[in-house]
Amino acid sequence: MKFLSNHSEKRKAQLFLLFLLAPTVVLVLAVVAYPFMFNVVLSLSNMNIYHIRDWDVVGIQQYVAVFQEPKFWEILFKTVVWTGVNIVFHVVIGVFLAVLLHQKFVVGKPAWRVLLILPWALPQYITALTWRGMFNYDYGAINLLITKYMNLSPVEWLTSPFEAFAAAILTNIWLGFPFMMVIALGGLQSIPAELYEAADVDGASPWKKFWNVTAPLLKPVMLPAIILGIVWTFNNINVVWLVSNMGEPNDQTHILVSFVYKAAFNAYRFGWAAALSMVIFVILFTFSQVFLNRTKATEAAY
Amino acid sequence: MGKDANAKRLGGIVGTYAVLIIFAAISIYPVSRIVTISLRPGDQLLSTSLAIIPDGASLRNYVHLLTETQFLRWMLNSLLVSIVVTVTGVAFASTAGYGLSRYKFAGKGAMLSGLLVTQMFPATMLLLPLYVVLIKLHLLNSYLGIVIIYTATALPFCVWQMKGYYDTIPFALEEAARIDGATPWQTFRKVIFPLAAPALVITALFSFMTAWNEYVVANVVLQDTELYTLPLGLKMFQGSMQTQWGLYAAGSLLVSVPVVALFLVLSRYLISGLTLGAVKG
Repeated sequence: MKFLSNHSEKRKAQLFLLFLLAPTVVLVLAVVAYPFMFNVVLSLSNMNIYHIRDWDVVGIQQYVAVFQEPKFWEILFKTVVWTGVNIVFHVVIGVFLAVLLHQKFVVGKPAWRVLLILPWALPQYITALTWRGMFNYDYGAINLLITKYMNLSPVEWLTSPFEAFAAAILTNIWLGFPFMMVIALGGLQSIPAELYEAADVDGASPWKKFWNVTAPLLKPVMLPAIILGIVWTFNNINVVWLVSNMGEPNDQTHILVSFVYKAAFNAYRFGWAAALSMVIFVILFTFSQVFLNRTKATEAAY
Repeated sequence: MGKDANAKRLGGIVGTYAVLIIFAAISIYPVSRIVTISLRPGDQLLSTSLAIIPDGASLRNYVHLLTETQFLRWMLNSLLVSIVVTVTGVAFASTAGYGLSRYKFAGKGAMLSGLLVTQMFPATMLLLPLYVVLIKLHLLNSYLGIVIIYTATALPFCVWQMKGYYDTIPFALEEAARIDGATPWQTFRKVIFPLAAPALVITALFSFMTAWNEYVVANVVLQDTELYTLPLGLKMFQGSMQTQWGLYAAGSLLVSVPVVALFLVLSRYLISGLTLGAVKG
């Protein structure tokens, strides 16, 4: 009898678990796993504007075409620069502001925090479109500011390749630092005050205190955020796409993800775009595995 | 010595406030530009003035936007899509997160890391195959496809979030409920679910924002301006710099104010939710 009730208890628990997980599993399988498989097939196919319905699996030639595309290497390099520059600025500005804000004497902390989180709260596409307006050569606020107050000559932000890329990076730095600041603020709260008091007794300078107390204790909190930040930034199509208006000038302002979006939905090179998507994914996946192993950032998670 | 230290301290205080003021100004400036441009009268759209309140400020852009464009229609569309995504997202993530937090089963680790891996997919990875499928199923230009894609996009983060939060709720509560004769569902619904309110708020906010702010997927799936969501509509205004810049600014402001307010009010929860997620995984 006891055995029976245990048995039915177990069955009930299994059914309940099934009920809890099934909706998510079904949805993820349908909208993530299935398209992923289909993408693998597409990447091995010749599907494009001329072969929309009568496409065939043709082997790895799309992958060969990706690596033979000279622009691929150039844009890969740009994507790495884009990601690196953004993350460095996000982390440095974010941690710096968090440390300043965390000091005891700062009054009105909630108000400062609200003001500084604003760039994160604003919808990303509005940020991008608004900054595009601000970078306008004749009427944009940036050129007006630098000509009126700094006596510099106006910059062709959106019409020269280097400047357009810089404009996209500036926009993304602006919208990304609050995330790192928020994470760092959370981490700072968990550092016991006694450690700083001990450092004060030793007569440590603020700089020393930062490197010897704050930095090592912030590291475990910041690392997962940095990995997430790198993945998000590497794949952030919104800012580049909208600030440069689909890669202007002349498709020279791209990172990989905007380049592949254009190839897919403006040039309809489906097979080629699917292959490039796979390449981007493998790059990110490999990077994150190496990074995770190196830093053991998920130790706490498992 | 004392004097010197005091001077240093004072310097630190002044420096801190100076930096905070500069960064706060940088944060606010682009928003203030949107306000300015939205208030400009029609003849001053191409102005080189940097004044915050423009000469002859008027609300004409807002009136025009609300009465003579499809703005309200787009807002309704966006609200509909976002609410459906939020409700589904909360329902799915709160249950799946609970299952992953409380039960041991084969494939649990794989499921958790599988969810993380989806974050590394470039936008086109799923969008392109889904686009091909949606064409086949005649679901282009419909909200069904878009709602499903948004929900699935927001889910991985939300499930992890919820799981992390449930992990901090002691088992003892469930055992007590069991002893009182509650079924697993009652235990979850009446005891644990209400306790997870802060995490649910984050999940709801994140799901809502995912749908409300999404441009790239909508741009591919929705082609009829009647069906546009707000991001597509606003992009259309912004496209023609000369004529509709004021409309774009007015619209952006109306779109942003509610989500920004919500975000700022909930940022306290957000901070604890995120760091919890970061520390606990």
